[in-house]
Amino acid sequence: MTNLLIALIAFLLITAVVQVVRVSELLSKVNKEDVNEITEKDNKTQGILMLVVGSLFLLSVVWQIIYWGPLALPAASSEHGLLIDGLMSFTMWLIIIVFFILHPIMFWYSYKYSGKDKGVAFFYTHNNKLELIWTVVPAIVLTAVILYGLSTWDKITNDIPQESQIVEVYSEQFAWTARLSGEDNILGNSDFRLVTAENHLGINMEDELSQDDIIVGEVHIVVNKPVLLKFRSRDVIHSAFLPHFRVQMNCVPGMVTQFGFTPTQTTTEMKVQEENEDFEFVLLCNKICGSGHYSMQMNFVVETQEEYDAWVSEQKTLGAQ
Amino acid sequence: MSEHHKETFISKYIFSLDHKMIAKQFLITGMLMGILGMVMSLLFRIQIGNPGESSAVLQWFLGDRWAEGGILDPNMYLALVTMHGTILVFWVLTAGLTGTFANFLIPLQIGARDMASGFLNMLSYWFFFAATMVLLSSLFIQTGPASSGWTVYPPLSALPEAIPGSGLGQTLWLIAMALFVVSSLLGGLNYIVTIINLRTKGMSMKKLPLTMWAILITAILGVLSFPVLLSAALLLIFDRSFGTSFYLSDIIINNEALHHVGGSPILFEHLFWFLGHPEVYIILLPALGIVSEVMSVNSRKPIFGYKAMVGAMLAIAFLSFIVWGHHMFITGMSPFLGSVFTFTTLLIAIPSAVKVFNYLVTLWRGNIRFSPAMLFAIAFVSTFITGGLTGLILGDSALDINVHDTYFVVGHFHIVMGLSAIYGMFAGVYHWFPKMYGKMMNKKLGYLHFWVTFISAYGVFFPMHFLGLAGLPRRYYNNDAFAMFDNLSGINEVITFFAITGGLIQLIFVFNFFYSIFKGSKASKNPWKSNTLEWTTPIERIHGNWPGDIPEVHRWPYDYSKPGADEDFIPQTEPLKEGEIDY
Repeated sequence: MTNLLIALIAFLLITAVVQVVRVSELLSKVNKEDVNEITEKDNKTQGILMLVVGSLFLLSVVWQIIYWGPLALPAASSEHGLLIDGLMSFTMWLIIIVFFILHPIMFWYSYKYSGKDKGVAFFYTHNNKLELIWTVVPAIVLTAVILYGLSTWDKITNDIPQESQIVEVYSEQFAWTARLSGEDNILGNSDFRLVTAENHLGINMEDELSQDDIIVGEVHIVVNKPVLLKFRSRDVIHSAFLPHFRVQMNCVPGMVTQFGFTPTQTTTEMKVQEENEDFEFVLLCNKICGSGHYSMQMNFVVETQEEYDAWVSEQKTLGAQ
Repeated sequence: MSEHHKETFISKYIFSLDHKMIAKQFLITGMLMGILGMVMSLLFRIQIGNPGESSAVLQWFLGDRWAEGGILDPNMYLALVTMHGTILVFWVLTAGLTGTFANFLIPLQIGARDMASGFLNMLSYWFFFAATMVLLSSLFIQTGPASSGWTVYPPLSALPEAIPGSGLGQTLWLIAMALFVVSSLLGGLNYIVTIINLRTKGMSMKKLPLTMWAILITAILGVLSFPVLLSAALLLIFDRSFGTSFYLSDIIINNEALHHVGGSPILFEHLFWFLGHPEVYIILLPALGIVSEVMSVNSRKPIFGYKAMVGAMLAIAFLSFIVWGHHMFITGMSPFLGSVFTFTTLLIAIPSAVKVFNYLVTLWRGNIRFSPAMLFAIAFVSTFITGGLTGLILGDSALDINVHDTYFVVGHFHIVMGLSAIYGMFAGVYHWFPKMYGKMMNKKLGYLHFWVTFISAYGVFFPMHFLGLAGLPRRYYNNDAFAMFDNLSGINEVITFFAITGGLIQLIFVFNFFYSIFKGSKASKNPWKSNTLEWTTPIERIHGNWPGDIPEVHRWPYDYSKPGADEDFIPQTEPLKEGEIDY
């Protein structure tokens, strides 16, 4: 109902404005002025508006950074995530600086050079030296950005330690399942043709390697121990997004994708740090996948080795079922 | 082409061969589609702003089928998101923008009587019209329109079992898109041929207005990339209807394995983005062209660095073909490829920076006339800066990991591509309206429209960056499933408020547009004191543009405030004075 009321009020306001403008247009027609010619007065008003609204816009950006900036994700809880955070703040500062240099110039020029009847613009067609400077300077800055970015990307994608604990993440409409690779740290074979109501992930039960695998609805991992997530999808593309770890990888039917990372904070530590008893590391879906897209989730619990050992000993392996 | 051939209502207004009428057809179709796309965005915005609350507006627009009790159906939410994207990207900002200004301006600015092939041009519009009808018809079917996102990634778009919109709705979407591609190719070929071949005497490429350069480059991009989209769509049709497995493999639906084996959805993504990225520049370049022109005319100054502007556009166009992988960093594509695409993507910042600096210098020491068109041109530079800068984050593969597909992306592309292109389009409409209809648009309504649009558009899209940095994924029906997003509802309410304000103010523009066509004050022949050729044509619309001979061109289009001249502009038709140096 409020929506409708707002719409109605807005409609009435607009009608009123339109009527006012029409009357003023008719009046100036009577006075034989060209109503739509841009006058010096218009230039002045609009120039001032450019400066005022422009400044207000920049102030609002500062306000947003101060009040909404802290809503951003907490610092990364993974080793590579901290690298990403470093690159992010470097890039963010760079663009904020450029933003706050270029915009004031633009709003100031708009105000300063607003047209006057007797004003004459400066005939200035080009200046090769100047143009060369602002081609070369961005080129140098970008070289730095590119090198920094690529070296970070290289570290994230290539440095996957051999001893990483392997965990399979399986996506479907609209749920996640995970499979731990067990003591041998190798996932048993799977094939989509083997999927039945009982064998949800299509695991080859004849395979020796499958016997110690463990299927879970919540992933537990050990702090400071590298993990390699392997992703499979059952139906459509999903995207496994673990924002706190700075981990994201698509789950694509027909192929296995992977992402390796090392968690650096336990869930308990995060609960304290965030002053939030209910804090959990969550896995979300971040690729449009259907009506339940917005609710697909699974928790990742990061804990110490002892806690993990206690937890894992309670889980049933596939062979034991 | 005689100016005296008899015109019936049908040949003048419907199956017209006149480029000016075809341009208006594109413009008005584009505007209507723009309103539709915007209304869709407001509908899903109401849902996001007040999740779970019953809304009479939703109930009224969508009925019991899709919004029972005023609560939006999640599938319809995705359908609205999909159709909003499709309509805005293709129907408004591709066909509406290029179709309008390429058709309208090419013959007028290069000095030609019409396009190279008036008939193909007419076909181009009518294919577009057919595409529009097919797309709109998908809104009225039982299973709803396509709902797999405007990028229609398979398998979601291939399996009606996965989402109802992938049934008939998706089929209609694909047919509409195929018709759209045909329209775009017919138009694009025509634009290229016309600009290359039909320039009037003296109009060398070095004297071409920047709008023409922009449209030429846009058309080349379109001709090279749209066929790839067509082939992607055809293969998807094969997968959907004929049981092939180009994109599908290893899929289980209802505990049953489908027969598809060996295909890869990633292949579709490559084909799609091979069009999809140049498409961004197909949308942006005409706006860059229009803004260059509008800014120079209204600053009463030559555009600064004409050659650099052309060079920058060529560089952007070339690079746009080798960056598509930046949409796919986290799809499982080889990380090495990711590095290559990061490198090429970030390079685009260089020509973009050159353009921004040149615009700023064009303003510097100008004598700026703030027509509504000029305001929108300046706003374009602002959004181009803001959105371009956040591109440095998204184009960097390592950073993309955490902001990919979040609201950060939504904020980024709506500002740099959506707003910029729409501002370019508004600038173009306000600027060339007198030439199109012989009337002026109301100045005050123009100012009102501009300021409210400028403020509310930033009010909608700037806060989205913060949602994205908080990790909020796009295309979420609501954020209630995750406690970590509970503190974001404040931002969402702000966005919804500005979205509704910004949406309503567009009614002022629509009113101004149609009111001025019929009742606007009469325009003079060259109301903006502009140099380009279109302002040498008579006010009355004639098929053939100039009553007598086509004028000859003697100088570049940017001789504004040239020292030694009597007035602050010298039309291109004016011969060089003795001893006068061309730019």
